[in-house]
Amino acid sequence: MDSAATDIEDLIAERAFRFPSRHFLSVASLHRPDAEALLSLADAFVGLNRRNEKKIATLRGRTLVNLFFEASTRTQSSFELAGKRLGADTVNMSPRTSSMTKGETLIDTAMTLNAMKPDILIVRHSASGAADLLAQKVSCSVVNAGDGGHEHPTQALLDALTLRRSLGDIAGLTVAICGDVLHSRVARSNVGLLQLLGASVRLVGPPTLMPVGAADWGAEVFHDMKAGLKGVDVVMMLRLQLERMDGAFVPSTREYFRYWGLDAERLAYAKPGAKVMHPGPMNRGVEIDSGVADDPTISLIQDQVEMGVAARMAVLASLAARLDNA
Amino acid sequence: MSNARSIAITGARIVDPASGYDGPGSIIVAEGVIAEVAHTGAIASLSADIELIDAAGAMLIPGLIDLRVKTGEPGSEPKETLKSASRAAAAGGVTSIVLQPDTDPAIDDPAMVDFILRRARDIEGVHVYPAGACTRRCEGERMAEIGLMREAGAVYFTDADRSIGNSKVLRRVMSYARAFDALIAHRPADPYLTAGACATEGELTGRLGLPASPAIAERIMLERDLALAELTGARLLVDQITTADALESLARAKARGVKVTASASINHLRFNEVDIGDYRTFYRLDPPLRAEADRQALIDAVASGLIEVVVSAHAPAPAEDKRLPFSESTPGAVGLETLLPALLAFHHEDRIPLMDLIRAVTLAPADLLGLAAGRIAKGAPADLVLCDLGAPVRVNADTLQSKSKNSPFDGRMLQGRVLRTLVDGRTAFSV
Repeated sequence: MDSAATDIEDLIAERAFRFPSRHFLSVASLHRPDAEALLSLADAFVGLNRRNEKKIATLRGRTLVNLFFEASTRTQSSFELAGKRLGADTVNMSPRTSSMTKGETLIDTAMTLNAMKPDILIVRHSASGAADLLAQKVSCSVVNAGDGGHEHPTQALLDALTLRRSLGDIAGLTVAICGDVLHSRVARSNVGLLQLLGASVRLVGPPTLMPVGAADWGAEVFHDMKAGLKGVDVVMMLRLQLERMDGAFVPSTREYFRYWGLDAERLAYAKPGAKVMHPGPMNRGVEIDSGVADDPTISLIQDQVEMGVAARMAVLASLAARLDNA
Repeated sequence: MSNARSIAITGARIVDPASGYDGPGSIIVAEGVIAEVAHTGAIASLSADIELIDAAGAMLIPGLIDLRVKTGEPGSEPKETLKSASRAAAAGGVTSIVLQPDTDPAIDDPAMVDFILRRARDIEGVHVYPAGACTRRCEGERMAEIGLMREAGAVYFTDADRSIGNSKVLRRVMSYARAFDALIAHRPADPYLTAGACATEGELTGRLGLPASPAIAERIMLERDLALAELTGARLLVDQITTADALESLARAKARGVKVTASASINHLRFNEVDIGDYRTFYRLDPPLRAEADRQALIDAVASGLIEVVVSAHAPAPAEDKRLPFSESTPGAVGLETLLPALLAFHHEDRIPLMDLIRAVTLAPADLLGLAAGRIAKGAPADLVLCDLGAPVRVNADTLQSKSKNSPFDGRMLQGRVLRTLVDGRTAFSV
């Protein structure tokens, strides 16, 4: 093994961090030093992920269960890779297609899995608060991988890692989060974490897709995209769920794109050199133009996917550190 | 009734809204009715075979009349039966309960009214009065047999939790009900604005990411209901008013002479939207909990008499219906056993005079339904409650009489313990 390789492992060991709570359900459970420490550790994992030998033994012997009640390719494989690279045994469950359809409740499924003694349970569910509920009932650690329209805390962490690596310090940045804020757990987690790290946040979107009370989140709310993007360092686009058309939230995809879609012309209102992010999967031509999404000089979208694995490794490793000491 | 021994209760503090009397008193109960009321601590020359109860200063009030109770009978007996609800009621000092018609099958024809009354007679618990459905199966479309159900013993008509969205249907229901002077209760909630919602729109529910409806959905529907009541001349009971905005509409309608009465649930008087906290499903109610400003307005409205009736909104839901993600859980809370002590908190907090509080759960609902109960008067049914006004009570859901334990008061300290409950002079509960 060359010295660079051991340097990375030394760095990981040096930045080892004990997660502040047993579960990671919401960014609200983090204080600023916790978030900084997680990001530093995640940064070290980025180096590991770029080696040929990507696997270490931090979580050897540990069992990690991916419990995804809602389909997800990106997040599920990201957690699976994170677990495997840390040496854990990982199992994927999609109860949507198995016992849940036979009338078994969320709690029953969780208790069944709990009896198999996993160390960390990663949960995605369509109902807000589902991860909180599970965490009250199981003896292992629970990581919220998205609960309804509530939170997606590891997404916020990977976004922060992406920003930190691309733009340096997050403190002082102005970030515009644009689109369907109402239904977005990504938006809620990002508002919390970005503000914690000292960024100022704007929320941009049509009034029908803005939560009541959003103005009290400490973010500035805009309904006009041009005004909302003016002078920002980062534009974070949200996915518009196409089924929202039926709910009379917006009249059509073309009208939506006309007023709240991101293309080069719209982006010109942001600060020169502003970066573009999107949690994926994208609706090209609905909320974002391909010309912007695919331009490597402005788009961080591919980086976000890469940082996802590293950020989740940092979360898993620090939760496991807590298990060790428990 | 006639088999019961005569009873004398002496040394009580009688609080009776009908006479406005609050002071020392004693009563004699014979043949199931109140035979004598004396405003003195003792009664001279009692006959030897009379059962003597020394109240030792405890408060004696008319038995509570709860206008909004759900059980699971028929259809969901594991939740609650008439028997378990009756036991819970007696333990809470509630001597009359009005059952909601949204059972399975619904109470939407005279045979079902009769069935409920027969079941209640067999149980020999508290008085049970069925409310009939306004429309078949409470579906808001075809009118139910209001006249026949009234004759069979239904005390008012409602589609329970469901608002009748079709104004033409409600107009005809109200219009038709006038022929029988029947009372129509209606939930003011715009069905489109509230569809799929499990909480009140606001800063907290926005952060929690819960599907929520605007509080104004109540006023929108109430304005329509009040206009229809004015148009038809029907008697309207607003089923659980919860918002400050709707209270203004109510006050305006009353000033215009609309025959309207409003109820508030004890839950909306004691809790607000913040109690949801981290998705606590015991606080998922229908209508949902509101802002603190709404709660304060509601308390003021009870104090001023704008809201005349307070109900428990007893809605049993077993653990399997509550141990779910918030938006998937069943709304509702049990409340028969906690209604009185929870209501007395407003007396202990010096917020609402004791007499007014007692009136809202006794005389006011009795007068609305035309019942002889709800008062301590010679000849009135001996439905009575002895209550230690100051005694602390820690609510423990596990020890509640209800089959379902979904009490939002679980673990809370209340003040006011029911010592004994008499129904038609028979002791239905005693500590």
